[in-house]
Amino acid sequence: MLLVQFLLLSSLLFCIGIYGVLARKNGVMVLMSIELILNAVNINLVAFGTMTSNIAGEVFALFVIAIAAAEVGVGLAIVLLIFRNKNSVDLSSIDSMKG
Amino acid sequence: MVAQNVFFGIIALIMIYSALKVVTTKNVVHAALWLVALLAGVAGQFLLLGAEFVGVTQILVYIGAVVVLLLFGVMLTKASLGDEADLNMPNKTIPAVIATLMFGVMSYALIDTFRDAELPRESVTNAAAVSDSIFADYIVPFEAVSVLLLAALIGAVVVARKE
Amino acid sequence: MTAFSIFAAEGPTSLIQAGGWFLEKAWIIPALPAISFVLILFFGKRMKYKGAEFGIVSIAVAFIFAICCVGQWIGQVNNADNHSEHKQEQHHAINEETAKSDSSDIELASGKDLTVLVAAEEDKGHGSVGIKPVVERFTWWENGGRTFTVGIMVDGLAVMMLFVVTAISLLVHIYSTEYVAGDRRYTHYFAFLSLFSSSMLFFVISENILQTIVGWELVGVCSFALIGHWWEEKPNSDAALKAFLTNRVGDMGLLVGMIILFWSSGSWSIIDINNAAINHEIGHSTLLIASLCLTAAVMSKSGQFILHTWLPDAMAGPTPVSALIHAATMVVAGIYMVARLYGVFFEGYDIAGSSFNILALVGSVTLVGAGLLAFVQDDIKKVLAYSTVSQLGYMVMALGVGAWTAAVFHLFTHAFFKAGLFLGAGSVSHSVHSFDMKKSMGGMRKFMPTTYKTFVVCTIALMGLPPLAGFWSKDEILVGTGGWGLFGGTGGNGTYTFALVMGIIGAALTCAYMTRVIYLTFFGEFRGDTHGHGDPHESGKRITIPLIILAVMATGAGFLNLPVGFLSGSKAGWQERFGHYVEPVATYFPPIAHGTPSWSLAIFSTVVALIGVSAAAYYFFVKVNAQSPAATELTNGPTEKNKVAKAGHTLLKQKYYLDHLYTDIIANGTKGPVADAVYWTNQKGIDEAVNQVGKQTTRAATFVYETIDQNMVDGVVNLSGRASEGLGETTRTIIQRGKVHQYAAIMFAATTILAGLLIVFV
Repeated sequence: MLLVQFLLLSSLLFCIGIYGVLARKNGVMVLMSIELILNAVNINLVAFGTMTSNIAGEVFALFVIAIAAAEVGVGLAIVLLIFRNKNSVDLSSIDSMKG
Repeated sequence: MVAQNVFFGIIALIMIYSALKVVTTKNVVHAALWLVALLAGVAGQFLLLGAEFVGVTQILVYIGAVVVLLLFGVMLTKASLGDEADLNMPNKTIPAVIATLMFGVMSYALIDTFRDAELPRESVTNAAAVSDSIFADYIVPFEAVSVLLLAALIGAVVVARKE
Repeated sequence: MTAFSIFAAEGPTSLIQAGGWFLEKAWIIPALPAISFVLILFFGKRMKYKGAEFGIVSIAVAFIFAICCVGQWIGQVNNADNHSEHKQEQHHAINEETAKSDSSDIELASGKDLTVLVAAEEDKGHGSVGIKPVVERFTWWENGGRTFTVGIMVDGLAVMMLFVVTAISLLVHIYSTEYVAGDRRYTHYFAFLSLFSSSMLFFVISENILQTIVGWELVGVCSFALIGHWWEEKPNSDAALKAFLTNRVGDMGLLVGMIILFWSSGSWSIIDINNAAINHEIGHSTLLIASLCLTAAVMSKSGQFILHTWLPDAMAGPTPVSALIHAATMVVAGIYMVARLYGVFFEGYDIAGSSFNILALVGSVTLVGAGLLAFVQDDIKKVLAYSTVSQLGYMVMALGVGAWTAAVFHLFTHAFFKAGLFLGAGSVSHSVHSFDMKKSMGGMRKFMPTTYKTFVVCTIALMGLPPLAGFWSKDEILVGTGGWGLFGGTGGNGTYTFALVMGIIGAALTCAYMTRVIYLTFFGEFRGDTHGHGDPHESGKRITIPLIILAVMATGAGFLNLPVGFLSGSKAGWQERFGHYVEPVATYFPPIAHGTPSWSLAIFSTVVALIGVSAAAYYFFVKVNAQSPAATELTNGPTEKNKVAKAGHTLLKQKYYLDHLYTDIIANGTKGPVADAVYWTNQKGIDEAVNQVGKQTTRAATFVYETIDQNMVDGVVNLSGRASEGLGETTRTIIQRGKVHQYAAIMFAATTILAGLLIVFV
């Protein structure tokens, strides 16, 4: 197997994830797209770890999984809070950061 | 080698298809289910790379916990279970252009750099090696992650609780 | 005997491993009070004696264990002695006579002997045999190839401290059952007393500097809790905070110093660090910096000038706690740390080859400065507190001049007589409900005979008058300074003349202020008011018995270390017993030289001390008493007549203005401006910038709009006007719409473009 095939798959997933983050306006959907991005990163880490026979790649992939779990938890809490305040999870309607 | 490449191709195609469905489907619940397929595919790729422990963890944590959490999010935000018209931004062209450009740049750079890099053939790492590394070299990051999880737990409760 | 057989198995070597069940299980000693702490917390209130029984039983068992440790350690040292004699016989050493004359002439440090021995063991075969301390350790955790261990290290010094801490703590526990009886936080008090003893014991037997730091901080926290025991009153909680915060200053030094030692020696172990320092594996300047940092820690913990200010304030706590803090636990931690890491200090300050170093300077300044401060205090506990500061100055000075054994011996004797003095003062105040000597004491000897007698005994011990404990240890310190060329002694490390001078001045001061305390408290007329409860009366048995025990110890402890040359013949074996058993004979201890005691110095210092006593006695017992039995000072004394004396008195009353320096100048000086600056930056800088950007944008837009409007009305350049408006609108709506998606899109697009540029151009 070539290293580059995993890297290309990973970058493709990454870009699809970015498309999702930019094109979706439902908060939960955005979170799903972020999971896509994180998984792309994990594939990269493990692929490079295997390539260099370094266990650190896998260890960091595990850390990323743990942090992703935490991120989904907090992210969903925020989405829930938005839903409670605005009765909608439409991110395009949230513009309180407007200058 | 050929078998591995064949499996890689099959899994990769499933992954790409389900990833596209995740970001394009009009049904939130369907999106979550496509995400399951995608995450399982990622786990399969980990197994192909010889990272058994990460693959199993991927299934346990992502499919077991994260997706369930996302489905709870869908339920609690009262999203309709059927198709929804209002999931996407009005303008999808700009994101598509950005993502495509980005993939172009990245793939060019990757192919240019790692064109002939072969992965080692025997590269299976077992859980013991991973745990040795975590609990010896990376004990402090490990502790930090545990504190972070605790903080996220408390933070999620504090943010989401009703006044 | 076990150690002997171990040795025999190992064959001829210069070091034998100490062993023994109690020494190897020394961790039980700190564990017992720790268990008692937990038990008191959870079950204390439900027990018959409100938790005190847990504390007393645990510390009593710990005390028994400590005595067993002492016994086993002495056995180990004796075994080593037997062994060295045995070896001498074996080799039929020709220079046996040389060895004998050596020991009577200049007693070389055993460490030095040892190096000689290692080098020339085969040829000579004389000298003492080193004893490896009992070290038990296990791995706590590992990270990045570094192993962190916990364990115990028990040698003569540790055994001695275990004994002192448990003994004083036991007496304080017993005393407290009466002293704080009926207190609203009685159980809480005993819980923290247990934890305090436990953390000090943990600190004492720590095997590595990490444990030392943990024990050090635990002791600090416990002292904070106990000083602020009656926190409802503001001064008490302030005193607790002051103790804690002042100690933090020094703790920074401790942390930095320990980190330096760790990185330069590559090990946490006290033994390894000392070995590395002694064998010059660590550069001299590194050691000097580490020693300076650690000296800062000693200055705060052991109340050395100029960080001593917390110690007198710490009198706000209950008196038994003060006794514990001053005698056995908190303040001696600094001394103990220096004694433990003596290799570092010895090499870092080059104690053997110089006549000046920071440690000796700090100690000698403290011992005189605090002695002077003790004169102007009216609170009996504060006098004793300054006296402690002064005596700690002696110890630090002794360590600074290389008189290690003298410093540790002074720590030992001081623990007993100072605990006795504090508990005695507590006994008096228990009966008159005040600490003010001038307002509520006087003539107490009639009411409290036992307290009076024990207090006087401890006072004489503190004054350093022969033959009580303080004399022997103080005399040894003076000998150790090596600055007594006048008095015909030899040996010693450097020539620290200033330390000798300061030490003798300090001795006179100690005598004088303690005479003042004795007069004001126990002589003259009772000046207090018992609020109709009749005359003050003697305290109960649980207070007087500890006092008697401490007075006996204060009398006898000094005989444990009689100077060489004091006894002769068959009794010569009783000389230097303390130093023989406590001072390590091992590779981790630096080769210090021992001075030979000198009769003329001992006589001179005693005469000076007697002059101090008689001067003060003349002032108080003759002149003041003649004026009126109730008087506390001469109405027309030197402070009234002489301007210089008056100024000096004011300076002392204000404690050299150090508190003013800390609170008014340093704390307020930084607190005000820094806080203001931060607030200003926040308000004016950041907020104002944001506000201004917003305001200016709006204003600019309005301005543009109005101008355009006007221009349109005027019919000038319609198109450019519209273009500007469009541009303004577009930038405002696109860049500043508050849409997260847009920000993200811009970010990703920019990243892509930049990455592309990087690929193309680099």
